[in-house]
Amino acid sequence: MGNGTELGRVRGLGSAHSGAHHWLLQRFTAIGNLILGLWLLLSLIHLPDMQFATVHEWIARPIPAVALGLFVLSTFWHARLGLQVLVEDYVHDGANRFAVMALLNLAAFAGAAFGLLCIVRLALGA
Amino acid sequence: MGKRNGAHRFVQLSKGNAHMAGATNRPLSPHMSIWRWGPAMAVSILHRITGDGLAFVGLGVLLWWLGALAGGPESYATFAACAGTWYGKVVLIGLTWAFFNHMASGLRHFVLDIGAGFELKSNAFWSVVTPIVAVVLTGAVWAWLLLR
Repeated sequence: MGNGTELGRVRGLGSAHSGAHHWLLQRFTAIGNLILGLWLLLSLIHLPDMQFATVHEWIARPIPAVALGLFVLSTFWHARLGLQVLVEDYVHDGANRFAVMALLNLAAFAGAAFGLLCIVRLALGA
Repeated sequence: MGKRNGAHRFVQLSKGNAHMAGATNRPLSPHMSIWRWGPAMAVSILHRITGDGLAFVGLGVLLWWLGALAGGPESYATFAACAGTWYGKVVLIGLTWAFFNHMASGLRHFVLDIGAGFELKSNAFWSVVTPIVAVVLTGAVWAWLLLR
């Protein structure tokens, strides 16, 4: 183990014990996106039209509302994991990376919360 | 290094130069600036581009759509008017393509994850097939939407 290069500093330390968790969650949410994304696309093109009344009536039903809520959770989670890899690849400075990751977490939670609230409001009759 | 005297270093440098002169015809490994385009590279870059596009634009449009619906008929009419313009359609068709492309290359990743599909020929074949599948599915969906 040396002090010269980044590789030299980590060589011989063994597993980081954290990468597999991220990797697996990326796959689990990908399966969610695959099923629910195809369901949403097929449901939308199956609607007779995209008028407010038609879409509202469909989305307020229990199964579409729940599935759409799960879709919001799955996609925002997946996007947060994917954008983390983007940040780790391109933002090298430690402080900048911390700031961008904080922003990413806030944006992912805020976006998912907004989407879920809208679906709840539609489903419970606003 | 610091303890070496000048004469020793000179010998080392001379050796190094002689070695470099002889290395010009050596095969070059892929490195930062030594590479050429291949289908697997292109599909990997497309996977990242479409994923980031879906995250930034796709989730934004999804939230706008949900927010407009939750806001009532007037806010939904604003969304529908924007979505109906030519640039709105360009964005929606682009997002459909990004979804199918990310889906197809994501399914390819699932196959690679179990250790299959790394042979040069099958890897190149499926790298070429995934973007074609995405374009065909995007065309099919929008043909259905616009021609029905």
